[in-house]
Amino acid sequence: MLKIDALGFGYRSNRKILDDIKFDVSNGECVAILGNNGAGKSTMLKCLNKIISPQIGTVVVNEVDILKLNRLEIAKNTAYVAQKSEGSRITVYDAILLGRKPYIKLAPKIEDYNIVDNIIERLNLENYSLRMIDELSGGELQKVMIARALAQEPKVLLLDEPTSCLDLKNQLEVLKLIQNVTKEKQIAVVIVIHDLNLALRYCDKFLFLKDNSVYCYGGVDIMTPENIGAVYQVPVTVEKYKNQRIVIPLT
Amino acid sequence: MSNLKKTACGENYDQYVHRKILIIIALAVLTFITAVFAISAGSADIPMSEILKTLFGFGTEKSVMVMVNIRLPRILMAIVSGIGLASAGCVMQGILRNPLASASTLGISQGASFGAAIAIVFLGGGTIMGNNADAVTVNNPYLTSFCAFAASMFVTFVILGLSKARKASPETMILAGVALSSLFAGATALLQYLSSDVQMAAIVFWTFGDLGRASMKNIGVAAIITGASLIYFMFNRWNYNALECGEHTATGLGVNVSRVRLIGMTIASLCAATIVSFVGIINFIGLIAPHIMRRFVGNDYRFLLPASALMGAMLLLISDTFARLIVSPVILPIGAITSFLGAPLFLYLIFKGVGHNAEN
Repeated sequence: MLKIDALGFGYRSNRKILDDIKFDVSNGECVAILGNNGAGKSTMLKCLNKIISPQIGTVVVNEVDILKLNRLEIAKNTAYVAQKSEGSRITVYDAILLGRKPYIKLAPKIEDYNIVDNIIERLNLENYSLRMIDELSGGELQKVMIARALAQEPKVLLLDEPTSCLDLKNQLEVLKLIQNVTKEKQIAVVIVIHDLNLALRYCDKFLFLKDNSVYCYGGVDIMTPENIGAVYQVPVTVEKYKNQRIVIPLT
Repeated sequence: MSNLKKTACGENYDQYVHRKILIIIALAVLTFITAVFAISAGSADIPMSEILKTLFGFGTEKSVMVMVNIRLPRILMAIVSGIGLASAGCVMQGILRNPLASASTLGISQGASFGAAIAIVFLGGGTIMGNNADAVTVNNPYLTSFCAFAASMFVTFVILGLSKARKASPETMILAGVALSSLFAGATALLQYLSSDVQMAAIVFWTFGDLGRASMKNIGVAAIITGASLIYFMFNRWNYNALECGEHTATGLGVNVSRVRLIGMTIASLCAATIVSFVGIINFIGLIAPHIMRRFVGNDYRFLLPASALMGAMLLLISDTFARLIVSPVILPIGAITSFLGAPLFLYLIFKGVGHNAEN
């Protein structure tokens, strides 16, 4: 359970980027953060695990305000996957093992290796495990980064545009993976995403950010042409095709 | 450790780790062999049997004198300096996320030269001891080393201080380092211009770098600081690995990035400054040794750090032996040799692709 209350942040005190953000995410629920470029989506995501420190507000994970914890404790609660991951000459296995970093004191324990082995098997990464991550394609790298986040065994998973540089097949694969993990591990997931149709397909709840605050938050019923039109300043219609809602721009 | 079935490459993770450890052991053996060769090579001809005897304590007086009193300190200093400069360079490249970071590109070496020049010109640290050009000596090595050390640590603190204001951003540190190296190189040039012939010779001589300059006491100090730094770096190997995946990812993994950066830079600079103030400027080892090893063991600091340290020691031993043998009995300046051998090797690596983000 993730509860965010009265969260506020500004790079300078007179200019607020985020103002009075408040929403809850239940376990096993996946929330899409939607809004214009520059609406503060990525900033908000980073505030949720204190990569950026919000000036006010609370982020409560299972009754504990994680903003009051130290870095290492936060990392045991919350995993974050950046929008753009940098490849380096380390193996896929070691990159995933890094997810155990918050738990490693001097060297990884057998338990840590077992967790990594399980995740690799679960995500079918066996054939990649000794490839260098700078030799992977965008989709493969994104999966490795998600695998690394899962190795943290977080209660909350934060993903910043996980599908932004992937092709259609990989977009669907990665989001399906996230959806399955959310249900299976019963974790709270927050995704910043631009593609409304992908959000509709894979997320349970939707949060629109507009003018530095929450414009509206709720289930699929808030994905109305009125709300979307107001947030993105684009006239749209929402149609149903085989029981799946689809957003179609009208310009 | 890992029970994974064999991967597509026919190797599992355990075997992969063992292979990396084997590379490090092989390097250690090679470094040892190079050291034995270095101790046996020189203008005084000592046969191999005599060398082995001396190593085990049964040498003649002459061979003991040459090997233990002259060559051994030199070789020990080469090993310590190589380890120190290479591991400092390796860590600087990692925490600043810049392949060009090293003591000589961040102004630490230039700061040391300036400090030494001040000691020689204003505090009477250098004079001529004979008629030959190579007899120009720094007659107060402690004072000169101290000034060199003070100036290079001053550079370090200016860099860290400036970047602290900008939340320890790597760009600020590197740009500040480049600016300070240019400032101190200019100041040293001015001092040389204004100094007497003798002083100028002493400054140039100091700047060249000379492993034979260090006393056993110096070597002890350098070894302790290098050893302590290397242990600190190894403790932080997972932090450096996390940084390889990007700053925000590392923060998300519980790494306090600016603290790791500030402390890491301070210790790496301290280690490099200590060595440089004892032996003078030795270019390129801190830059090239980690880059060679990045090709062989990747950017995993668990393996990269010890491998770079050993590679640094080996390169410096080879360069020093080269410097002593090429126009024996004259000993060429080690700093010139490392640059001379290092630059082409470096260019070769660049054209072959160093491996660091080569695909991107």
